[in-house]
Amino acid sequence: MGIWFSLVALAALTLLGLIGANVPGLNYVFAVIIPYIAITVFIVGIIVRIVIWARSPVPFRIPTTGGQQKSLSFIKQNRLDNPSSYLGVLGRMALEVLFFRSLFRNTKAELKEGPNLTYGANKWLWLFSLAFHWSFLIIFLRHFRFFTQPIPFFVPYLQEIDGFFQIWVPIIYITDCVIVAALSYLFFRRVFDSKIRYISLPSDYFPLLLISGIAITGILMRYFFKTDLVAVKELMLGILSFSPSVHAVGLSSWFYLHLFFVCSLLIYFPMSKLVHLTGIFMSPTRNLANTNRMVRHVNPWIDELKMKPHTYEEYEDEFRTVMKGAGMPLDKEESHVS
Amino acid sequence: MYDTGKVLIGILIFILLFTSPILINLAGGKSSVKANPQLPQSGKCIESREYMKDYHMEMLNTWRDKVVRQDVRFLKKADGTYFLLNGVKAEMSLTKTCMKCHENKAKFCDECHNYLDVKPYCWDCHIDPSLVKKEIMK
Repeated sequence: MGIWFSLVALAALTLLGLIGANVPGLNYVFAVIIPYIAITVFIVGIIVRIVIWARSPVPFRIPTTGGQQKSLSFIKQNRLDNPSSYLGVLGRMALEVLFFRSLFRNTKAELKEGPNLTYGANKWLWLFSLAFHWSFLIIFLRHFRFFTQPIPFFVPYLQEIDGFFQIWVPIIYITDCVIVAALSYLFFRRVFDSKIRYISLPSDYFPLLLISGIAITGILMRYFFKTDLVAVKELMLGILSFSPSVHAVGLSSWFYLHLFFVCSLLIYFPMSKLVHLTGIFMSPTRNLANTNRMVRHVNPWIDELKMKPHTYEEYEDEFRTVMKGAGMPLDKEESHVS
Repeated sequence: MYDTGKVLIGILIFILLFTSPILINLAGGKSSVKANPQLPQSGKCIESREYMKDYHMEMLNTWRDKVVRQDVRFLKKADGTYFLLNGVKAEMSLTKTCMKCHENKAKFCDECHNYLDVKPYCWDCHIDPSLVKKEIMK
């Protein structure tokens, strides 16, 4: 079900992109106006999402922990999986964001002959997710050669390392191959594993298909159906320096399709699960130190509820006479508030 | 909003990262500079301008394969006759054929290549012919 919906959505986007490329009056809309809309929606949308998250109170520390918490001095604490300090949280977040540490612990449950339910390590998802995300980042950074003048210092290095094998003309980038392999794994894992297919939604298939569309149009344009890159760069520089102009000559349908897919992704980004880009930094299960017992955490909306903290001292003050009358032991004979 | 300070720093980093192309263009002030390859005044290229813009690297690669691997040295037209350059059979050679007309590497090849940060490895082995002449003149 979800997969068909996503495929139809992608087909509709493809059709729209091709219309934008081939109807002369629409060139300006698809090459300039839609990119501006997309960039604005992306940046404003993500900020709105961050503000919505930040408005939710997290009165208690709720990190998911995976190791010994800070305890007595002779018990060794697991500082990264159960951090109690700011530095520990930083290390944990860095490992999570850069290397997907929690996904590395992913396990797979399988029902085998017997019947036996077995749990096994499953590193493939971790491996291909990592490969996909890093490839995407490197490809995005490589694209700065079309975005800016002067070209940032890191682009030549990335191109050189990425094209290390010097195969074919133009040189095949390693990340181009890796991202296609990784996207295929991530997509077909949802198609062929019945358990995962059962829990997959259109919002799971669609981003994978859309990003595949971007990758495939980009790869085709680089290696097979070439487009005039000078015209591409002039267009992108124009957009990104607020003086847009379209030289429709030289911009092929493949380019329009590629650009339209990217714009669709940017617009789709803030309203989909893809906001985990910023969401990971806002996750209270990741970004909090486990200091529930070490530090007193006061409920942040306590003033609104008019619920003041009520300590035992105050309790005793309130009920001293009654408690005395009933012969109960008291910490203090007289009120400490005089 | 809770943890306002930290969240605002996060939002600021996000904005800076994702508007960095715009900021670099504004700071660099070179975004209006365009690639301006110097074209020869006379003569006719062996292929159309559009084909050359998009596919010259593939053509040169095919030439390389033909000359180096198959020992086919001279350029043929679609009808099977040899392509003539100044009355002589034209070689499939970047330096001997293309650069007869497109003489200046810096003002022709490099214009677009630098604009798009393309570093073709032609020049790992080949030498810009104009530089050879200068060396001999010394």
